[in-house]
Amino acid sequence: MKLDEFFVTGDPLILGSQIAIGLTMVGLVVLITYLKKWKWLWNEWFTTVDHKKIGIMYIIAGVLMFFRGGVDGLMMKAQTSRPNMEFLDAQHYDEVFTTHGVVMILFMAMPLLIGIINVVMPLQIGARDVAFPKLNALSFWTFFVGAMLFNISFVIGGSPDAGWTSYFPLAGSEFSPDVGNNYYAIALQIAGVGTLASGINFIVTILKMRAPGMKLMKMPMFSWTTLVTSVLIVAAFPIFTVALALMTLDRIFGAHFFTVAGGGDPMLWLNLFWLWGHPEVYIVVLPAFGMFSEVIATFSRKNLFGYTAMVVSIVAIAFLSMLVWVHHFYTMGNSAAVNSVFSITTMMIAIPTGVKIFNWLFTMRKGRIKFTNAMLWALAFIPNFTIGGVTGVMLAMAAADYQYHNTLFLVAHFHYTLIPGVVFAVFAGLYYWWPKMFGFKLNEKIGKWHFWLFVIGFNLTFMPMFFVGLDGMSRRMYTYSESTGWGPLLGISAVGSLVLAAGFAALVYNIYWSFRYASRDIGGDPWDARTLEWATASPVQEYNFAITPQVTDHDEFWLMKKQGRNTIKKEDVKDIHMPSNSAIPIILSVAMGIVGFFLVFEWVTLAAIFSVLIIGGLIANSFDYDDGYHIPAKKVWETEQKWRGDL
Amino acid sequence: MASQTSTPLEYSTKQNEMNILGFWIFLGAEIVLFSTLFATYFVLEQSYAGGPTQSDLFILKDVLIETFLLLTSSFTMGLAIHQMRGNNKNAMLFWTVATLLLGLGFLYYEINEFNHYIHEGLTLQTSAFGSAFLTLLGTHGVHVALGIGWVIALIIQVVRRGITAVTARKFFIVSLYWHFLDVVWIFIFTFVYLKGLM
Ligand code: HEM
Ligand SMILES: [Cu+2]
Repeated sequence: MKLDEFFVTGDPLILGSQIAIGLTMVGLVVLITYLKKWKWLWNEWFTTVDHKKIGIMYIIAGVLMFFRGGVDGLMMKAQTSRPNMEFLDAQHYDEVFTTHGVVMILFMAMPLLIGIINVVMPLQIGARDVAFPKLNALSFWTFFVGAMLFNISFVIGGSPDAGWTSYFPLAGSEFSPDVGNNYYAIALQIAGVGTLASGINFIVTILKMRAPGMKLMKMPMFSWTTLVTSVLIVAAFPIFTVALALMTLDRIFGAHFFTVAGGGDPMLWLNLFWLWGHPEVYIVVLPAFGMFSEVIATFSRKNLFGYTAMVVSIVAIAFLSMLVWVHHFYTMGNSAAVNSVFSITTMMIAIPTGVKIFNWLFTMRKGRIKFTNAMLWALAFIPNFTIGGVTGVMLAMAAADYQYHNTLFLVAHFHYTLIPGVVFAVFAGLYYWWPKMFGFKLNEKIGKWHFWLFVIGFNLTFMPMFFVGLDGMSRRMYTYSESTGWGPLLGISAVGSLVLAAGFAALVYNIYWSFRYASRDIGGDPWDARTLEWATASPVQEYNFAITPQVTDHDEFWLMKKQGRNTIKKEDVKDIHMPSNSAIPIILSVAMGIVGFFLVFEWVTLAAIFSVLIIGGLIANSFDYDDGYHIPAKKVWETEQKWRGDL
Repeated sequence: MASQTSTPLEYSTKQNEMNILGFWIFLGAEIVLFSTLFATYFVLEQSYAGGPTQSDLFILKDVLIETFLLLTSSFTMGLAIHQMRGNNKNAMLFWTVATLLLGLGFLYYEINEFNHYIHEGLTLQTSAFGSAFLTLLGTHGVHVALGIGWVIALIIQVVRRGITAVTARKFFIVSLYWHFLDVVWIFIFTFVYLKGLM
């Protein structure tokens, strides 16, 4: 392979980013070396097994990926802002919408949610950490390495260009001979390992590590959604694992699963993809529902309305989500009977979803609502998400879907579910739990800018898409002529995307501003909240709880405050066992990244040789008998005195 | 000590309990993984693209030997766990090594089987049937190979450290894994080989 094939060359946009990336990398390395921070980074972050720090790393990575995916989005909007634009060519546009979709779902939504789960869930159930802290670190690093591998595609070798759904035959080696789609198959595989591990980790944590007295039906709603999402992960991700492996075999080793030539079946890919893909959209939206539930209850100053109905509807949604995948290809040759069945199952999902919407509304009813930023996001979520749900039911009607399918109407639908559902939730969650993570609040005033710009920008960007979609514009079209008449609406949409981007910029500025100037004197419970994570310091002490709380009912922390139980006695404080840091997760993941990189370029021998590193890592792990260490009671007591003040 | 109570050693600590539960859930994921491979096979089992078919390829005798080896190894693994519960380190190691040898025997026959197929003109590239069949079989085989490596690592640990709560837990988990592979094999035997020969 020649060097100019290896590095993507020619396009000035890409050349510019290559130089920018190179300079940033060098700059970072120099900066860290200059500040002598390598050791600190390694010891405090890269090898950490602390769920709170791992969560924070997930969140940082997720925000960075949000930026990357956002730039992709802006580029698409610029290209379609006017008829016959010549900003991106067809190939480049294809790559951009592909990486946009993959990055946003797998490297933005997933890590932000898993990150917040990591920080919050163990605290919410009164646990010391997750069940398997080292595995948790492995989850993070495989995600991170997978994401990085995916991202270097656009400077080395070329990006995938067959859509985030990568349908065969287009994604096969016959029609996509470049390495781009290998990046898709392999980077997602590596990241998927971590997701599956997270799922298992969270399930065991929730089943086995809840504080005494916290029955499952007394667990905070966010932890409930985490549990159900984790079950969905375990049920759905292995399907994707197989689908990607088969894709790899087809592309690199000449197998014929999805290639018609050898008797393979492209529809098999579609089925496998959506058997994972549809549950996946609920994997990302359920924890988001959980966050809204916490935020709405806290800022309505009431307990959650219809707790049991909430739990039942989450479980129902999860169950139904595995029975609807065919709605993604009604138009691809199913019989009328099959389409009808899947139409009905799809529409049924709207029922438990509707139940949840009404529960949130009833929670607010007669509440003393505080319009904090977190609450604003929750309030905006309800109407916007409802638009997504209602258009979903329209799409669910198979006959009608022949008109809507693969138009911008569909694109608008899922952006109205994913952005209000997931992104608004992540924002709500960040504003809400930020003080728990960092010990200061984000500024509420700048937050209002962030909120209004983002929500208005979002609607300006995506609302027009419903109409051009109904007017027949297919998704993934990189250009159109004047005579279509779509110009004005798409122009508005493009302007909207700039407003959206300004909203994101306001968030970044808010983080910067608050980091520098916000008050650090906020106590453990700045929102007067209800659940156990607020019974800790802000930021949380490394051991979480000095004494495992005794749970009596829902909203335990609220009760503790009401009943004056929110205190500890010196004689109850014991030594606390902690797991040691470990370098194995990061090393193992980097080894996977190296092997993955060679596989992308189909250098199979090199990949095989370097697989020894992975095996070595596994063996090292098996022989690792490190049993952690203890924080002495005395030290725990001193820490508690410091933040509680009144002991 | 836990050995005086009725809880087996591998369940004696909270961490152990969690590890074992976690592994059960992992096996759940493995079931989904193999189910997907089976489904793929069922979709493609008749897509020969002019290449060899099941009846051209399968030799019942060899498959029966493999089945016998693997089923027996599951049994010896059970005996090893039994001895572990009785705290008989040497007997436990004996049965573990027996398991290992049977597993290696299985792999030996399976590699021969692969050679035979290549010889008969069936590779991953021949047809969709070839891809699906060899991938299903290969995935199981790779699992067995990994299991063998894993068991060796654990033998070393038991020799060095004896039967402790930690080694007992690890051993118990590897035994779950081993039995699971056995179950998968029974499905392969029934729904791939027997069905294919009918
Ligand atoms: C009331 C609930 C919902 C219903 C009835 C529904 C229905 C549908 C249908 C029928 C399609 C396929 C349309 C077509 O391809 O022509 C679809 C696509 C999609 N939906 Fe939904 N949906 C619902 C909620 C959601 C939620 C909550 C999410 C995500 C959080 C979501 C994300 C998506 C995505 C990502 C796609 C398209 C993916 C693609 O083709 O690239 N939907 N939905
Ligand atoms: Cu769907």
